[in-house]
Amino acid sequence: MNYSEKLTPSIQSVKPSGIRRFFDIVNEMDHVISLSVGEPDFQTPWHVRQAGIASLEQGKTWYTPNRGFKELCREITKFYKRKYDLTYDSAEECLVTVGGSEAIDNAIRCLVTRGDEVLIPQPAFVCYEPLAIMAGATPVIIETKAENAFRLTPEQIEEKVTDKTKLLILPYPNNPTGGIMERKDLEAIAEVIKKYDLMVLSDEIYSELTYEGKRHVSIASVDGMRERTVVINGFSKAYAMTGWRLGYALAPKEICAMMVKLHQFCIMSAPTTAQYAAIEALRNGDNDIEEMRTQYDMRRRFVVGSLNEMGLTCFNPEGAFYCFPCIKSTGLSSEEFCTRLLQSKHVALVPGSAFGECGEGYVRLSYSYSINHLTRAMELIREFLKELKDESDR
Amino acid sequence: MDKLLQLLSENSSFTTAQLSMMLGEPEDYIKAQIEEYENSGVIRGYRAVVNWDEVPESGVMAMIELKVAPQLQKGFDEIAEKILAYDEVESVYLMAGSYDLLLSVKGKTIQDVSSFVAKRLAAMNGILSTATHFMLKRYKENGVSMVDAKKDGREMIV
Repeated sequence: MNYSEKLTPSIQSVKPSGIRRFFDIVNEMDHVISLSVGEPDFQTPWHVRQAGIASLEQGKTWYTPNRGFKELCREITKFYKRKYDLTYDSAEECLVTVGGSEAIDNAIRCLVTRGDEVLIPQPAFVCYEPLAIMAGATPVIIETKAENAFRLTPEQIEEKVTDKTKLLILPYPNNPTGGIMERKDLEAIAEVIKKYDLMVLSDEIYSELTYEGKRHVSIASVDGMRERTVVINGFSKAYAMTGWRLGYALAPKEICAMMVKLHQFCIMSAPTTAQYAAIEALRNGDNDIEEMRTQYDMRRRFVVGSLNEMGLTCFNPEGAFYCFPCIKSTGLSSEEFCTRLLQSKHVALVPGSAFGECGEGYVRLSYSYSINHLTRAMELIREFLKELKDESDR
Repeated sequence: MDKLLQLLSENSSFTTAQLSMMLGEPEDYIKAQIEEYENSGVIRGYRAVVNWDEVPESGVMAMIELKVAPQLQKGFDEIAEKILAYDEVESVYLMAGSYDLLLSVKGKTIQDVSSFVAKRLAAMNGILSTATHFMLKRYKENGVSMVDAKKDGREMIV
């Protein structure tokens, strides 16, 4: 059968994930020292796991309301008030989803359609572009720069905006760069966003992981922005709950109602056990976040310091758990760099090009690993760079 | 807890340069701090964590509970200090509960340890009774798992 006639042009036009392609090579090898995984190395805190277990023991194995448990929505809105000073109505402005990923897909499908343009800053996580394409819209890439700390500027938006632009994706704290947007940066872009009447999808999944005393600011808390923003967050990164698959969206009730409609038809409701665990996480998990954040911060300082010391210029990441060193000085492409490092030292990083063309010349390094693991990996990268240098001196 | 001590107790082979990066403090400060800990006796030494179960002919280990008659004025200190002077004795703790001192003792063979208990310890003035427990297998020691490390369970996805 000629399947290309059967499958839609949009799904066929979506490029396979660049990270995936590289991981296929890594998976073929033994004894790899990986710095490539994009999830916490910590296990979900025990009291949170226990809440999930207890709900199973009590036989609570049914669907939840479409939006998610009322109690969970209440805790989510309390969390956003407590942490980011944003007020949402838990009954009408909150939707619990299968990971942040479902919320991103859902929001994009509710907000854009054929003919619309979606502004996507890159380097960024890989899902926005394919999901915009699947919604029929046209992705328009904005390349953020290391010299701007990978932040988005109003000028960059003005440069790419057209009368078709409908939605801006705002992925901060950023995977893979570790860049953040401070209040002043958000206020600056808010002016342009309002001027062109854009909507914003603010993916704040790393919001609890910021460093150097800079707390995350949500663009929805900037004057006039709440009404045009869909906030997306989840439990994966802050509470080390990736496998539970639980996220949420916070949005004005008119938008949220449509998102609930889509969610109820394609998902029904997010996993029940995970929702019980998440209630416990939000109620009693602030200290867990802080403990993990302190660990990440120590690793971050060590990794950034080591990379700079060995001559790989590294922008100082202030969020998430990645750093994004520039490897241009080696004269290799990011894919060559990663492939050779893997072959020669069995250390796995992710080529920056997997996060958009402008990621070329960079590599992503996850410091979501134990300090001993990181120490060993840094030694090996140092040896590798020395070998490269000896080679070019020859 | 002091973060520097925590890191060193996890891995004493971190260099002061590495520690300085991890803690965001100048290297000179880290050096001075370590020196102070060494001089004041907070840090008593640096050594490898060995899984002796993996080393052939590395001998046997026993935990020994001692009931002791405390001495006037001196309590348990004098007898504890006499005991810790033996090379066979790895550790000595004063315990709350049904016995007083807990020792770990190593020897080449079970007979060695038995003879140490019978001829040295039990014979000491003030020792009321002993209970010797031979160790069969080490699972965790000094905070380090002696069981093979679990593989990173995380999948490389996306």
